[in-house]
Amino acid sequence: MRAYVPSYQLISPATLGEALDVLARAAGAWQPFAGGTDLMVLLEAGKLPHKNYLNIWNLPELHGIEVTDAHVTLGALTTYTEVQDHETLREQFPMLCQAASETGGLAIQNRGTIGGNIVNASPAADSPPALLAYDAELEFVSAKGSRTIPYYSFHTGYKQMNIRPDELLRSIRLPRPATESQHYYRKVGTRKAQAISKVCFAGVARMDADRIADVRIALGSVAPVPLRCVQTEAALRNRRINAETLAIAKAALTAEIAPIDDLRSTRNYRLKVSLNLLEDFVLRLAPTF
Amino acid sequence: MNLVGKPIPRKEGRKKVTGQALYVDDLSFPGMLHGVTVRSSVPRGRIKNISFDQPPATAGGSDRNIPWNEFTIVTAKDIRDLKLGENYVALILNDQPYLADEVVNHPEEAIVLLAHPDKYLLEEARRHVSIEYEELPAIFSLHDSLAQKEIIWGDDNVFKKFLVDKGNVDDVWAKADFIVEGEYETGAQEQLYIENNGAIALANPNDGVTVWGSMQCPYYVHKALIKLFGLPEEKIRVIQTETGGGFGGKEEYPSMIAGHAALLAWKSGLPVKMIYDRAEDMVATTKRHPSRTLHKTAVNKDGKLLAMEIDFVIDGGAYCTLSPVVLSRGTIHAAGPYFCPDVRIKSTAVATNLPPHGAFRGFGAPQSIFALERHLDKVAKTVGLTPEEFRRRNFIHEGETTATNQTIREKVDMDGLLNRAFELSDYHAKRERFARENGSDRPSRIRKGIGFASFMHGAGFTGSGEVYLQSVVGAEATPEGLIRILAASTEIGQGTNTIFAQIAADALGLGYDLFEVAQPDTAQVPNSGPTVASRTCMIVGKLVESAVVGLKQTLLGSGLLKDQYTQAEFQRACGDYIEKFGRLQSFSKYQPPPNILWDDEKYQGDAYGAFAWAVYVAEVSVDLLTYEAHVDDFVAVQEVGRVINPVLAAGQIEGGIAQAIGMTLYENVVWENGRMKNGQMTNYIMPTAADIPPIRVYFEENPYAYGPDGAKGIGELPMDGPAPAILNAIENATGESFNQIPLMPEKMMEDLVGQG
Repeated sequence: MRAYVPSYQLISPATLGEALDVLARAAGAWQPFAGGTDLMVLLEAGKLPHKNYLNIWNLPELHGIEVTDAHVTLGALTTYTEVQDHETLREQFPMLCQAASETGGLAIQNRGTIGGNIVNASPAADSPPALLAYDAELEFVSAKGSRTIPYYSFHTGYKQMNIRPDELLRSIRLPRPATESQHYYRKVGTRKAQAISKVCFAGVARMDADRIADVRIALGSVAPVPLRCVQTEAALRNRRINAETLAIAKAALTAEIAPIDDLRSTRNYRLKVSLNLLEDFVLRLAPTF
Repeated sequence: MNLVGKPIPRKEGRKKVTGQALYVDDLSFPGMLHGVTVRSSVPRGRIKNISFDQPPATAGGSDRNIPWNEFTIVTAKDIRDLKLGENYVALILNDQPYLADEVVNHPEEAIVLLAHPDKYLLEEARRHVSIEYEELPAIFSLHDSLAQKEIIWGDDNVFKKFLVDKGNVDDVWAKADFIVEGEYETGAQEQLYIENNGAIALANPNDGVTVWGSMQCPYYVHKALIKLFGLPEEKIRVIQTETGGGFGGKEEYPSMIAGHAALLAWKSGLPVKMIYDRAEDMVATTKRHPSRTLHKTAVNKDGKLLAMEIDFVIDGGAYCTLSPVVLSRGTIHAAGPYFCPDVRIKSTAVATNLPPHGAFRGFGAPQSIFALERHLDKVAKTVGLTPEEFRRRNFIHEGETTATNQTIREKVDMDGLLNRAFELSDYHAKRERFARENGSDRPSRIRKGIGFASFMHGAGFTGSGEVYLQSVVGAEATPEGLIRILAASTEIGQGTNTIFAQIAADALGLGYDLFEVAQPDTAQVPNSGPTVASRTCMIVGKLVESAVVGLKQTLLGSGLLKDQYTQAEFQRACGDYIEKFGRLQSFSKYQPPPNILWDDEKYQGDAYGAFAWAVYVAEVSVDLLTYEAHVDDFVAVQEVGRVINPVLAAGQIEGGIAQAIGMTLYENVVWENGRMKNGQMTNYIMPTAADIPPIRVYFEENPYAYGPDGAKGIGELPMDGPAPAILNAIENATGESFNQIPLMPEKMMEDLVGQG
């Protein structure tokens, strides 16, 4: 443990109201601490700059999965294990379950949360591409009330988010699809488990005969944020699957993502693999595949 | 003869799985301090100033001042001021300081040691030691070192050179039908034992120095501390605690951390514990030597090897450490298990400004064997033979000579190993099926391939090494008739305690539970040599056998035991003997087998008493969407003499293959200015169980006359074959020849996409 632990503080409010009051009183002084699976790594390495934390793990209002006819709503503290165990999520949102199953190991999956994965705002996070492709909405609460925004408007830059210091992410709402869709999720991390993705691709599409009636695509690790690729989607929507469609879609994706060289991989690799996965996703939609 | 060859449970297994085994970090002493190391942030430079600062008064206000007067602080100057011994880690060339004095030669070189009772405050203090440098130009690759882009060590950056000359290759080139050349490279690899390096020291002028630690070679540490403290050998005591893996990474490095803990203990007068965390262990301690090999091979049209010229270079890092010995083993293995009349091997270990590279399972051989076994697939292709047919025409046989002109006197059957490996892996049928599938009109995006490597690994120290070591093992009986084996050979997870007890029990015809292996402690056990070089079973195991037989002979000679005895009679005789004479002990010293002749000057002769022989087959799939290769199946057939414990032996092979798969496809050390940039297990991609195929292990047994119950060495062998077998399989799958490891997906993409 490289951190000087006595300089850190963690307080545990008993209720959501109490937690929101603490956040409202001194904006930015206390940062939420959920599953801690990222924060503990930084603490161990002596690289956790913020010193005061608000433990929200025990707040019941942030836990639980609720299913209605129109939506599945996940409490922000829903763990990866709970996601994988949930029947409706497995049936209708398989990419989210796959992302959860490929995040960390079992211990991390028991403790890490979907909400934490969102507000930690790593561009390499595994569940955001799936959530973006499923058109998730986020609900925030504060002492002043609550608000709901589409998830695609949440990440505004590298580690920049549409959230106020007095707010907590309360829940993630997923619209249940009315019709059968095709789902394609692929995390590329060189090793099969315990990896941080080099590229992460999530795509969901609905076909109308031989045309792509609707499609949503999001990628991780290829931009400063988990990226919903709306231009690529537009290039595919209402088109037949052929070489021309593929070429236009690839050009759109190339323009839309901004991969870089870093410790884990290279710009060229990320770009090429993103294009390959896009092609594989699209070709698999073809009725003749 | 009823325990050897059976899967007897591990001696210390129960203690390990129930948490009772004590590792160094489990130990604590009254008044103990914790110690940390402040390391260089530059690759090469002069130390201008060292200051002990305070944290800035931050907005949060919770950072406390650092009470520097409470800290024990040690620098190179203290080794002089305290009138201790020499500031170097005694090993081969004695060029590596314990603490950098005036200059640093690599990132993460130790400069200042700190000790304090509060380990959290200690970390805060470590962050506030500032060192100013005048930076000097540095080099980070063996290519730059060979080109002498900068002279950073000695006159020419060269730690060691070898030349092996058999016949005269220069006479051969003109008459060859084919000459095939190739270049091959391997990267650094981190050992990644589960337990990081750690030590505890007690040291003062009255009692001398005592160190407990995680290590492979207690007497290496002992020798190093004698020099560091300038004390007589009986004033230095080194005790090995339970050790969570080594793989070579605890061969020489423990001398460093033990010395650091002992310096802090000496100055403070208190016990000091130093335990590295994973991040420090990865960036600061040794790794496998990166290498570059050039091959030039002459072959006739019948596919017979005529001449091999090999130029093998390894990157030793900033100090010599064990590089000459690693180079030696890599050199001797560079021409493989083939007969070739004319061979020239030139090899060089060079200096760079990386942290020193060190021992790692295989010790240079995996590097040079990778080059050879990739190259021979290329040669076979050039000649127009299949890889196996080409090898069959050149395998070495009994009576033929190796590259060092060692005549093979054992029965060796590489053809038989190859046949069995091919049959078990269904090699031919798969080769045919993959060719059909990969060549079809609409091939899958997953390409399959199969490949193999054939190789050998010498057991024990090279050449006259074992003679110089003069290893000794003891055995001692208690009045109850229990027998303790006294050896400095360490249990590091590989099964030393268990096989020693099996060998000893069978030698006396007694039960396994009568035998116990003493904790290696230089005050209690003789020097049986280092736990390295696949020597523990074959060399030290033989000494264990002789030592316990010595006990029996003493008892027979005394008349207290008759020739045909029961276990109870033997135990009673021990008690009687001790009552009468006070003590029942027997020691056994290494005697070389007959006809072992080695010329250290010319590097000619009997390099090893025995070799283990093997053929490994790898089956892979390559995903053309992501350029990731996965090993799908692995067959390992080897002849290792007699197998002492089949479960432990298979475990050694499986573990070595998994580690080698990591070296081949996953583990890439990312360097930045000589510093490992991905020094954490999140970004240094060691494979997990999900990436490892079924590993099918088969032994052929051909007892070796001079090993205990016929056993030879086994520990390093499995590290040698997988890398070339896997890359040969990837060439079979993709048609592309890759000659560098680790072969990461990024590199595979560049080559595959580059070809259009």
